[in-house]
Amino acid sequence: MSGTTLNSSGLNTFEAKHSRSGKRMLTEKVMFMLLRLAAVVNIAALLIVVGFIFWNGLPALSWEFLTEPPRKAMTAGGIWPCIVGTALLALGSLMVAFPLGVASAVYLNEYAGRSPFTRYIRLAVNNLAGVPSIVFGLFGMSFFVIYCGLGISLLSGVLTLAVLILPMIISTSEEALRQVPRSYREASFALGAAQSQTIARVVLPAALPGMLTGAILSLARAAGETAVIMFTAVVYFSTSTLDSPLSPVMALPNHIYVLATSGTDIAKTLPMQYSASLVLLFLVLGMNIVAIIVRDRLQKNRAR
Amino acid sequence: MQMQQANGLINKAKGRPPRTAGSLREAIIRRLLGAAAACSLLFLALIVIFLCLEGLPAFQHLPISEFFLGMDWYPTSEPAEFGIFPLIAGSAVVTLLASALAIPLGVMTAVWLTEIAPSSLRRICKPFIELLAAIPSVVIGLFGMVVIAPILQNYFGADTGLNLLNAGLMLAFMSVPTICSVSEDSLYAVPPALREASLALGATRWQTTWRVVLPAAFSGIGTACMLGMSRSIGETMVVLMVAGGAGIIPISIFDPVRPMPAAIAAEIAEAPFQGEHYYVLFAIGIVLFAFTMLFNIIAQHITENNKRVAD
Repeated sequence: MSGTTLNSSGLNTFEAKHSRSGKRMLTEKVMFMLLRLAAVVNIAALLIVVGFIFWNGLPALSWEFLTEPPRKAMTAGGIWPCIVGTALLALGSLMVAFPLGVASAVYLNEYAGRSPFTRYIRLAVNNLAGVPSIVFGLFGMSFFVIYCGLGISLLSGVLTLAVLILPMIISTSEEALRQVPRSYREASFALGAAQSQTIARVVLPAALPGMLTGAILSLARAAGETAVIMFTAVVYFSTSTLDSPLSPVMALPNHIYVLATSGTDIAKTLPMQYSASLVLLFLVLGMNIVAIIVRDRLQKNRAR
Repeated sequence: MQMQQANGLINKAKGRPPRTAGSLREAIIRRLLGAAAACSLLFLALIVIFLCLEGLPAFQHLPISEFFLGMDWYPTSEPAEFGIFPLIAGSAVVTLLASALAIPLGVMTAVWLTEIAPSSLRRICKPFIELLAAIPSVVIGLFGMVVIAPILQNYFGADTGLNLLNAGLMLAFMSVPTICSVSEDSLYAVPPALREASLALGATRWQTTWRVVLPAAFSGIGTACMLGMSRSIGETMVVLMVAGGAGIIPISIFDPVRPMPAAIAAEIAEAPFQGEHYYVLFAIGIVLFAFTMLFNIIAQHITENNKRVAD
């Protein structure tokens, strides 16, 4: 393909050119086809997994399944306590991490210059984002559960999950702040507003939709997380109703894991595994779709 | 918009907000926000401290060389053997297999999205890739157990469907979205002028992509690969559910393996609190943390070097 062919006769040059460009077009066609194939494989993978869970999970899904607690060593009954547990864990961690994350992002983007302090913070945020979830689980277990004496409880799980989603919230919030035009801030300063006033009344309202997108994505992440809550918040089965933040909870991802690997009768609970997965997928993908739609609207508004 | 009038002081410093009577308040707010930002630093430090507090006591009785190079992982037998070499090998092989599948797939999808797909199609397809990243790992694990495992067992003659190949496949699909979106960002960052110059010289779109755009985005794609590998090596639920859990050094891709995260997750609940097994599991946590940290630092290093070149 490379290099120039030297031809003495004009006719030959013409032909060579044509066959060469033909070959070039063929290469291009083949390569483009391969690239398209790669995209198709990914989309197909998503559709197959989601489709499989929907197809198998839908028949066993009923109102009773959603609203009743499990019975008979989890081979019958529903998943209501798991749904409640997952909702509490995810919402709780967001309530802890969102204010902290937004405050960090405001500091990094609005106040801090390029000092060594901010460099270290950014480094920490980046590395925190890369820590494996099982390591968060170990940390939560040794720090919140044992050292702080919170025990295996909703609170321990919430706090550990909050540390997990914090870097995600910081980076999405910072991105949202970066999208706010400089002129907004300058206009506010020119009117005599102080920096904190400018941030509270001008910058944050403008950045809020972008931050919410990040918040929804983090919520979905926290809801689907298993390894983190396994040793910090979750019990296989609890009959008691949740009465304090210090009592353990049941959670959907862990429920699926237990049913699939160490249930009393794995084959018999298969329909329940599918249905519980369907509920979890529905929650997590639903939140992601909402976030994608919000972001899409934002981009359209900005383009206008 | 309602604006509060400032107190008449005119600040001549350019680009800085005017100093008002509330400047003490401003200073306090600034400090508070700084403290919030320092929390990330604090949490990372706490993670390191508590991993070390619970992990380092393992080496009181266990020589480090035996820990890393020991071939036998029998944590509950008498006397217990804590050689994590098979676990490291399991993690390494699973990660390499997943990356070998995910890197081409992720980068190719990113190239398709940025260079070839018409914008209408891109807007439809991109959310799909993002949703792939959103599927909870436990659901992917379940899929591997009930769909892929029987296929591997029945059609490929594997002794067990829960093996290295299954785990590699599932992990690949979990790391594709990471690789794809980071590569995509770096491909977008390639200036259009480079593409235009190449096309103007008569190169085809493929030649432009292959010889101009990809080399220009090379470091960003390197970062993407590192982050994808970091994601694969740290992923827990998938390897816990589908890797098979045997602490042996794999010889074929149909062998079951026990990667490090799976060992921690499966055993920590049963390990007696602050017993030797417990300490060793935390020590594995340190190793895992070090590996992912290494991948992340390499990724950041590549990005920073690239920034310097771009400046």
